[in-house]
Amino acid sequence: MSAAIHTGPAAHAVAADRAPTGLESLDVRKLGMWVFLGNECIFFGALLSMFFVYRPMMYTAELVAAHETPKDILNIPFTGLLAFILLMSSLTMVLALNAIQDSRRRAGAFWLLATAFLGTCFLGGQSFEFVKIAREGFTLSNSTFGQSFLILTGFHGTHVFIGVVWLSSCFARAIRGGFHGNNFIGPEICGLYWHFVDVVWVVIFTIVYLV
Amino acid sequence: MAVAAPPAAAPAPVHVPAPPVHVEHAEAAPRWSGWDWLATVDHKKIGVLYLLTGFGFFLLGGFEALLIRTQLIKPLNTFLPPDIFNQMFTMHATTMIFLAIMPINVGLGNFIVPLMVGAADMAYPRLNAFSYWLFLFGGIFINLSFLMGGAPNTGWFSYSPLTQKAFSTTNGVDFWVIGLSVLGIASVAGAINFIVTILKLRAPGMTFNRMPLYTWMTLVVSFLIIFSFPSITVALILLLFDRLAGTHFFNPAGGGDPLLWQHLFWFFGHPEVYILILPSMGIVSEVLPIFSRKPIFGYSFIAYSGVAIGFLSFTVWAHHMFATGLGEFANGAFATGSFLIGVPTGVKIFNWIGTMWGGSIRYRTPMLFAVGFIAMFIIGGISGISLASPPVDFQQTDSYYVVAHIHYVLFGGAILGIFAGMYYWWPKIFGRFLDEGLGRLHFWGTMVGFNMAFFPMHWLGTEGMPRRIYTYFPNMGWDFWNAFSTTGAYILGLSVLVLVANIFISWRREQPPMPDNPWDAATLEWATSSPPPAHNFDAVPVVYSRYPLWEERHPVEGGAPQHGAAMAATSDSPVAHPEEAQEGGHAFHLPAPTIFPLIFAFGLLLVAFGLLFAPPILRVTFVITAVLYFAVAIYGWVKQVSE
Amino acid sequence: MHASRRRRSTTVLLPLALLALLIFAGCGISPQTTIDPRGPNARMIFDLFNLWIFWPAVVVFFGVEAALVWAAIRYRGRDGDPLPNQIHGNTPLEITWTIIPAVILIVILYFTFQTQAALANPPEDPNSVHVRVIGHQWWWEFQYPDLGVTTANELHIPSKVPVVVTLESADVIHSFWVPLIAGKQDVIPGRVNRLWLQADEDGTYFAQCAEFCGIEHALMRFLVVAQSQSAFNDWATGERRIQGFGSAALPTPVPGEPPSLVQQGATLFANGACITCHTVRGTQAAGKIGPELTHFGSRGSIAANTLQKQDPVNDPDGSKRFSLKRWLRNPQAVKPGNDMPNLNLSEADIDAISAYLESLK
Repeated sequence: MSAAIHTGPAAHAVAADRAPTGLESLDVRKLGMWVFLGNECIFFGALLSMFFVYRPMMYTAELVAAHETPKDILNIPFTGLLAFILLMSSLTMVLALNAIQDSRRRAGAFWLLATAFLGTCFLGGQSFEFVKIAREGFTLSNSTFGQSFLILTGFHGTHVFIGVVWLSSCFARAIRGGFHGNNFIGPEICGLYWHFVDVVWVVIFTIVYLV
Repeated sequence: MAVAAPPAAAPAPVHVPAPPVHVEHAEAAPRWSGWDWLATVDHKKIGVLYLLTGFGFFLLGGFEALLIRTQLIKPLNTFLPPDIFNQMFTMHATTMIFLAIMPINVGLGNFIVPLMVGAADMAYPRLNAFSYWLFLFGGIFINLSFLMGGAPNTGWFSYSPLTQKAFSTTNGVDFWVIGLSVLGIASVAGAINFIVTILKLRAPGMTFNRMPLYTWMTLVVSFLIIFSFPSITVALILLLFDRLAGTHFFNPAGGGDPLLWQHLFWFFGHPEVYILILPSMGIVSEVLPIFSRKPIFGYSFIAYSGVAIGFLSFTVWAHHMFATGLGEFANGAFATGSFLIGVPTGVKIFNWIGTMWGGSIRYRTPMLFAVGFIAMFIIGGISGISLASPPVDFQQTDSYYVVAHIHYVLFGGAILGIFAGMYYWWPKIFGRFLDEGLGRLHFWGTMVGFNMAFFPMHWLGTEGMPRRIYTYFPNMGWDFWNAFSTTGAYILGLSVLVLVANIFISWRREQPPMPDNPWDAATLEWATSSPPPAHNFDAVPVVYSRYPLWEERHPVEGGAPQHGAAMAATSDSPVAHPEEAQEGGHAFHLPAPTIFPLIFAFGLLLVAFGLLFAPPILRVTFVITAVLYFAVAIYGWVKQVSE
Repeated sequence: MHASRRRRSTTVLLPLALLALLIFAGCGISPQTTIDPRGPNARMIFDLFNLWIFWPAVVVFFGVEAALVWAAIRYRGRDGDPLPNQIHGNTPLEITWTIIPAVILIVILYFTFQTQAALANPPEDPNSVHVRVIGHQWWWEFQYPDLGVTTANELHIPSKVPVVVTLESADVIHSFWVPLIAGKQDVIPGRVNRLWLQADEDGTYFAQCAEFCGIEHALMRFLVVAQSQSAFNDWATGERRIQGFGSAALPTPVPGEPPSLVQQGATLFANGACITCHTVRGTQAAGKIGPELTHFGSRGSIAANTLQKQDPVNDPDGSKRFSLKRWLRNPQAVKPGNDMPNLNLSEADIDAISAYLESLK
């Protein structure tokens, strides 16, 4: 073996000459989540671009006259409420993480549960809207708006669902004291994911409902 | 960076491949059971699995190619009926790209990169295993289509509306769509793993500036995967919904836009081709210095040109769509990007030649393939330039000119680079050399057969032969070169058999114990035994330069401690911990083998089958079963994490 | 060692010899070659390729490969040689060889833009013809809206006049490619693309679909027939001529007299499955699924240029009828997977129908 490799405890004294990369404090698992979220950005970006491409077809003259454009079909106040619920869930997530980092077991578990609960409310509201739209005749197979809207928000909803399951499992562990001031990486990463899902909803809401 | 260093003061000792040495900690090669392989989370075993499986698919894809060329050996041949031919060219490309080149690159990277950066394993060993099993199952799934209604037959980029149910009535396209979605998950998981490993687990002292170029390229490729695969994932999902749920995303009959498929596909597709070539460029950047016995010429330019290619690769996708009528402005914009991307590519070629220039070249088989790579890639790069010009592309696209270009960059480029890497790292991975004589035969057979097979295709395309045609007419003037090309293809096939023979023969041959560094190489993977022990390094290496094992040739600025630093490490010296940040003092802890990544991956395979074949009545049962299955699999996996 | 040096030269000489062979193999010998342009569109592309891409590429190729081969041979070492000079790079040199290729590429890009602009719009010409091309799986429909003509698989154009072709598809993506006259454009359903082309001389030019479109993509060819203006006008007039019973070529059968072979064929055609898919103007045959058969007898090929009217391999006596008979006997054997089923016609029916179709001039 080449003697040029320096090993042993003495090596660490010289490791200081390593140029800082700025990544020393970034936890390995958090970095993985960030990279994954980069992937998810493009995923939702592609779905949104699909929606964008088909938007003109949802606002043709006939559809406007028949009051069958997205603006007519969608219940903006109701969905606004759902968006608010999701935003609040991000707040509860922050509170949960804060409590866990302070080793406040019960508060941490409570806020995790609250986040999962709010997420479930969001999903419930979304399902309600899906059913309503389908009943009004806008399905996957007979409407450009139907297919684009359902796929876009459906996949977002799937991400929310996965988040809710993850939050529930975090809750189950938190209530038993599995997370505390020295071990909170689990909820921290879950929180990253959850906030991302929320941000995506803000973008979707803006593009689909408001613009 | 540094310019010409002063020549060594004393004549340096003769550097021949080190004679067999008794290595202190050579372990008796353990007999691994089947379970060891199924439950492994060791990057080295996973790397070997990827290599074996990928190479197997490479042989399958090559066989499909020979069938194609046999059909085209003469006009109006009846060797393959048209539908089988169409399945063959679709599966040949899909297999070579997704089941051969990418997995072999992941396999080599898996084995080598953690060693190269001085780590004990990848950042997420269980996720690593998951990626492999998912790849294996995905590859099997796509190929099962041959037995279950017919393989996909719409070409590897599957343009809509040909892929709609109305025009592709068999399940072939569904197999393709679902299979690729599954493979995409495996690739993205692998990319996350590589990125975090390279960013977080480098040995102390290994700044980006001292990182081996193969690691650089792997990092760039991993980011390309992260940012390009979601585009094809979305395209695949939308196509699947079109076929199975009656949507009209790409179906003009329902208001859909076929060009949306093309944009989404090629936004992925173009970075994909750089995903295929950059690892080989990294391999060549490693092999050339070792066998020229001088450092890479222009390290920074090669590293940064790789990054530039990565960025630029997202700006050129529509050069695959020049003839679709996007308009002058769009064509001009994408032409500009496509020309621009030729610059960093050219820079690398010049720097590689600069590496050889003034060197003292030893022509072992890895070096032969590295030089062959450069020679062939020059041709592939040049033909790419003409395709980048829209007017010229109007004549050349969809003809055999493109087929020539593709194969010069993918076989002459990616595959030759892979061969170089195989012969170079074989001693490290398996502890034995591949035979030099057979290696030379393999190389020359490849060069002859490959050029015979593919160079005439430039001409055939120029003479108006379109691609993807199962036959052609005798009065077109294409007969001779098609026959010539087929002959070359058979020679190429024979040369691959030489490689297979080499693998077998060298495996069975008695060889003396392999030293750590048989090639007198410079990077960290050669600083441990061949093959490495389970934990890779007895102690954390510390790095002061780009060529840690050559440091006696390159006096290090600042005068770091020279020889004599103890190799015998203390038993509690810190080793890179894959699960936590690299601080000193943690007890070493590699994750235990676990079967749950395989179980999880297998579940996705079952989901794939269910999507295609579950009768409507069973759909609810299917969903419930899937949820329960994944709950168990995830629970088992996560439980391991917290242990 | 020396043997390897020789072998190294072989690596260089082999592609060189191939290249020379190709260059001298004749400047384009295929009827679909792209390097023997017969019209301004193809010529502009060829000039750009020839002048600014191909020959510079040859220079670059030889230059860079030569540098590689030189380095590979000249710097070959032997075991035992001393360590070479450990050079790490040469920044000014590297910058130079970054900038020079960039400049070369920018120059090529400039000429590319020029050619692109010239290709975008046809020259103004009052005699310009508009053809509406509709791609089908696996045949070509050509409509001349201004002339009232619909035909299939044979595109007649006046030579020396710009022809604007609009491209539509009835099913999947195809690509319209007449290499001697113009570059290709894709034919995409839901979209109308356009292309202009012009033939400098009279002649028959081969063409082929260039985007994979299904099982018979390989046999979706067509012919472009460029004629003088007067010949073209005659052709158009002929295409408009009514061809049903009572027309000049097809006298109505007289009751009591045995019908001629052509009349028998016409009757079979009109009463059979043919009319569901095919159109013969002036008869009940008005099907739109298959190629238009009006004036079929004046075309030079069958089934999108799959079969020549005179098929020397299968029709040794040179009779024009035999290829058509082969098609009628079993279209699936000639072009498996195409949309025309095997109607299991008797030989007598085949004789009659082919006589009728050949009479449609």
